[in-house]
Amino acid sequence: MPRPAALALLGLAALAAVVVFGVAAGSVAVAPGDTIGILLRALGFPVERTWAATAETIVMELRLPRVLTAVVVGAGLAVAGATFQGLLRNPLADPYVLGTASGAALGAAIAVLIPVRIALLGLGLLNVFAFAGGLAAVAVVYRLGRGGPLAPLTGLLLTGYAVGSLLAAGLAMTMYLSGANLRQIFSFLLGGLEGSSWMSLAIAAPLAIGGSVAILARARALNGLLLGEEAAAHLGVDVRRERGILLGLATLVTAAAVAVSGLIGFIGLVAPHLVRLVVGPNARHVLPLAAILGAVLLVVADMVARLLGEIPVGVVTAVIGAPFFLALLRSARGGYEL
Amino acid sequence: MTATAGVAGVAQPVPGTAPAAPTVLGTAPAALGTAQAAFEDVVVAYRERTVLRGVSLTIAPGERVALVGPNGAGKSTLLRVLAGLVVPRSGRAFLGGDPVATLDRPAIARRLAAVPGQAALPFSARVEEVVALGRLPHEDPFRGPRAADRAAVDAAITRVGIDRLRGRDARELSLGERQLVLVALAVAQAAPLLVLDEPTAHLDLRHQVAVMELLADLNARDGTTILAVLHDLTLARHFFPRLVLLDGGQIVADGSPAAVLTRERVRSVFGVDVALTGGAAAAAVAATPTGAA
Repeated sequence: MPRPAALALLGLAALAAVVVFGVAAGSVAVAPGDTIGILLRALGFPVERTWAATAETIVMELRLPRVLTAVVVGAGLAVAGATFQGLLRNPLADPYVLGTASGAALGAAIAVLIPVRIALLGLGLLNVFAFAGGLAAVAVVYRLGRGGPLAPLTGLLLTGYAVGSLLAAGLAMTMYLSGANLRQIFSFLLGGLEGSSWMSLAIAAPLAIGGSVAILARARALNGLLLGEEAAAHLGVDVRRERGILLGLATLVTAAAVAVSGLIGFIGLVAPHLVRLVVGPNARHVLPLAAILGAVLLVVADMVARLLGEIPVGVVTAVIGAPFFLALLRSARGGYEL
Repeated sequence: MTATAGVAGVAQPVPGTAPAAPTVLGTAPAALGTAQAAFEDVVVAYRERTVLRGVSLTIAPGERVALVGPNGAGKSTLLRVLAGLVVPRSGRAFLGGDPVATLDRPAIARRLAAVPGQAALPFSARVEEVVALGRLPHEDPFRGPRAADRAAVDAAITRVGIDRLRGRDARELSLGERQLVLVALAVAQAAPLLVLDEPTAHLDLRHQVAVMELLADLNARDGTTILAVLHDLTLARHFFPRLVLLDGGQIVADGSPAAVLTRERVRSVFGVDVALTGGAAAAAVAATPTGAA
């Protein structure tokens, strides 16, 4: 059945198209033809320069790193969402379910309150604290959630909820104390790609892409978990080990995405479901296709956010995504249901 | 596949499906090295509670064995020890001649296929996709299923007789149909030993008999060794030539149905008075509760 492969090619073509449009669109519009020319020139093709030097600066220094960050973040969130859904056997799971969001948010808020401005490899304190906060929150949840009297998955989910609530209280307190910096914390909570640079991309991309590829290499374990943990064990999956590794990888991908873009909701929840509606539950197909779809969705959402005067991209993903998703839920095309 | 309900919902045997004359095995255990599955003085305890108290059992290749006994007797735990999911406090389990403790999970999965319990699927999945999960232990972790894997899935679906269910959403099937899909998954796994934990629970009479006949056929024609936990003594007695009766974590009887299920033993183990009707070829257990044991 070559369907997933055909869909992947189609998705990659769509991604290339939205990347070009995403780079072209903005407060200073660059013609799509010029955009393609600039991009090809940057890739080393001998293209005649027919555009203004400012257009090249805008494309290469501002738009391209931003659009590529959207590609990496969108793909990473979708892969992490698919992984958490499969691992926790819960269609409601998203990349933030075990506390990455609340940990990263608290980290970012604390960074905003620290008066010292340190730039580390082009990344602000906020990015570093958000990344560390996201990882630390899940590490705590994983340690506390295991070994209790509850079933492993129930324990993890409830622990994630409890730790998340605690961190949310910390975040609320930090915001209350933040005074004039409140807006900066808010913009992290709503997500946005306007802070992207080549340097932030260079740090986030290897983590998000490397983590996603490592998850794809363990698709077998995710497939085994479809029928439950006991069934997965009977099918040759070392459940405890694979659960730890996959949780760690998905958290790493999520934290890398969140560190550069703040909390962008919806993509990690919806992209895997949209893909499953068409190709079924096989993680070998779901993971790569969800990555492509997540990238396309976030590039488009960021483009819309930019054209509407830099509104938070998380607002756009929800406003566009939710009605679209609802419509799909009601029609259930492709023979698969949610 | 026809079955008529007898008195009090007890299945009467279907003509032509009577098992071969039962052979008494197990009293003289084969060498552990040639056994399909074996237990050597296995003791399992969770904290204070001892679940298995020194169980020794040998199952030869090609056998069809039912584990019977009251709730909490340790039947399911015995299966879990064999699959390496429970580590005994003392004693050893063997699969295909090797101690289970020395085998990793994929190696166990290639020697023992378990029909999974009915789990709620978190996502919609087609019947053939569920059956294909049985190939996971054979699959290349990076390249995924190959042509041989797809052929094995098709063959398993046909072998179990569920071609008509292809393309259906596995979540929309009846319990009986779903059980056949799960058996097909285990058949696709192509392990020499098939274990089942109460494969007929919650099934109607027709599907109970269908599953039992399928197991007998897999055993007879493909040579698959079968070890099943059963609660229905009538089905166990009718479809299995060898019964192992567990009570309180110990084997209290092992042998042919006629030898194991005597009226006195059933009364002492289950606390229920039964009428054993028919001979070896036509056996039914009609139970009359006798009150507290």
